[in-house]
Amino acid sequence: MSVRLHCPNCGDRPLEEFLHGEIPTVPSTIEDPDARDLDRAFMHSNIEGLTTERWFHAFGCRRWLTVVRDTRTDEVRGS
Amino acid sequence: MNEFVERLIGLHWAEPKPAYDVVIVGGGGHGLATAYYLATRHGINNVCVLERAYIGGGNSGRNTTVIRANYGIPEAVRFYQHSVDLYQGLEEETERSVMHRAKGLLWLAHSEMGVRAERARAEVNTAFGAKTEFVSAQEVKEICPQIDLSGGGEWPVMGGSHYRAGATARHDRVVWAYAEGAMRCGVHVHQRTAVTGLLKDGDRVIGVKTDKGPIAASLVLSAVGGQVTTLASMAGLRLPIRSHPLQAFVTNHYGLEFDPIVASADLLFYASQTARGEMLMGAEIDRQPSYSYRSGHPFIQSCALRAMTLLPFLRNLKILRQWTGVCDMSPDYSPIMGFTGVDGFAITTGWGTWGFKGIPAGGEQMALLIASGEVPELIAPFALDRFARDRTLADRGSAGTH
Ligand SMILES: Cc1cc2nc3c(=O)[nH]c(=O)nc-3n(C[C@H](O)[C@H](O)[C@H](O)COP(=O)(O)OP(=O)(O)OC[C@H]3O[C@@H](n4cnc5c(N)ncnc54)[C@H](O)[C@@H]3O)c2cc1C
Ligand SMILES: [Zn+2]
Repeated sequence: MSVRLHCPNCGDRPLEEFLHGEIPTVPSTIEDPDARDLDRAFMHSNIEGLTTERWFHAFGCRRWLTVVRDTRTDEVRGS
Repeated sequence: MNEFVERLIGLHWAEPKPAYDVVIVGGGGHGLATAYYLATRHGINNVCVLERAYIGGGNSGRNTTVIRANYGIPEAVRFYQHSVDLYQGLEEETERSVMHRAKGLLWLAHSEMGVRAERARAEVNTAFGAKTEFVSAQEVKEICPQIDLSGGGEWPVMGGSHYRAGATARHDRVVWAYAEGAMRCGVHVHQRTAVTGLLKDGDRVIGVKTDKGPIAASLVLSAVGGQVTTLASMAGLRLPIRSHPLQAFVTNHYGLEFDPIVASADLLFYASQTARGEMLMGAEIDRQPSYSYRSGHPFIQSCALRAMTLLPFLRNLKILRQWTGVCDMSPDYSPIMGFTGVDGFAITTGWGTWGFKGIPAGGEQMALLIASGEVPELIAPFALDRFARDRTLADRGSAGTH
């Protein structure tokens, strides 16, 4: 079975129709402006567990949705 | 008894000690090769390798085993060509058969643009020591008669680059050869031992916490593949890495010989024949970052369709097995090796979908770095601080596959 995402407009659709978008987060513990720029440009939280992210329904209604996904299993916990 | 158990019989599996000079986290090719070269080249054997499951159970035992050096930038060509050379001598070095076989690698071009790209690849590679020739469509057919030069009408083959030294080797045998060699020199390998945290003194890393108790170390090397972000975050380190699944599959036995490794940058797939005669295929990573080992039908479908365009005989074969590994993808498609700015903590990562070929050179150079405390010239460009120094190594020749 392929993974499916729930689009509020189109209903349950196969993952392949969507493009993944990361919500960039620079940790507040990084204070130096240059270090914040570096982090924003290159670093990823790459969370092993529950992560909140954006998906673009590219081959569908072409709207963005917010999804909570467990990256260990790809199980979608809410959108 | 399986091949794995049989081959490791007679080895001494020690109990963990409370402290080592070097603790290497991750029993994949990179961790074990580093241990091997530390012990054999530098006499440093107060070393342990901690593996949460079994050695070679990560990407080192899941890859499609393409060994090549025809990358896109001088730093990478030099490094990988050295690794290709070390692979050629690996059986003699370890006195173990790793089924290494040079079969040549073809990158096919399907457009004027593609032809220019493959010509450029041949020039750059040859200039930096990885001899590669541009070959015509006719020569492609001679090297690999199974290729449909019309590309199903849509993807005509207009030539390609041919890297004769391209090779494959049996992946888990490479892992075992390094493990055995290291253990013979006194290195400890602890399987089913997961690192769950780091021991710290202020910001300095002074050891690891495991599910079997703490182990102190003068240096901790992270060689955990796709899990690197989780481990590095315990050291207070953020990395330019995203973990992406990469899938591959094999067919049943193909009765004829299929000699080279065939790749197409436009169609984004590659194929080769295993020693058992199966056709082995791989392509690009899954788009979403994930730690899931799930494999799925969409991948086989899209990869098989593309492969059949150039290799129509695949139509008559059946898919036998499909599997997935979780890859530590760097943003510039180049590895990240060296010290990290956190005292006591080094990394070897960013091996993504291309790190099997880098195991010998990566291990050798990381051992040199650890033993000398200095950054060897060959891997200096691959340091983590290249991102802060605006010296990223964007490598089109890597392209995120094999
Ligand atoms: C399908 C596929 C095809 C590929 N094809 C090619 C190819 O053709 N050519 C090529 O050069 N490369 C290829 N690669 C890439 C290559 O497999 C990897 O880059 C390489 O094997 C990385 O080796 P490693 O030792 O860094 O990581 P791994 O082999 O993944 O080893 C890491 C080990 O660390 C262990 N570990 C993780 N976390 C912990 C912890 N907390 N405590 C203890 N142990 C831990 C894991 O269990 C694992 O065994 C492919 C990869 C995949 C998935
Ligand atoms: Zn939609």
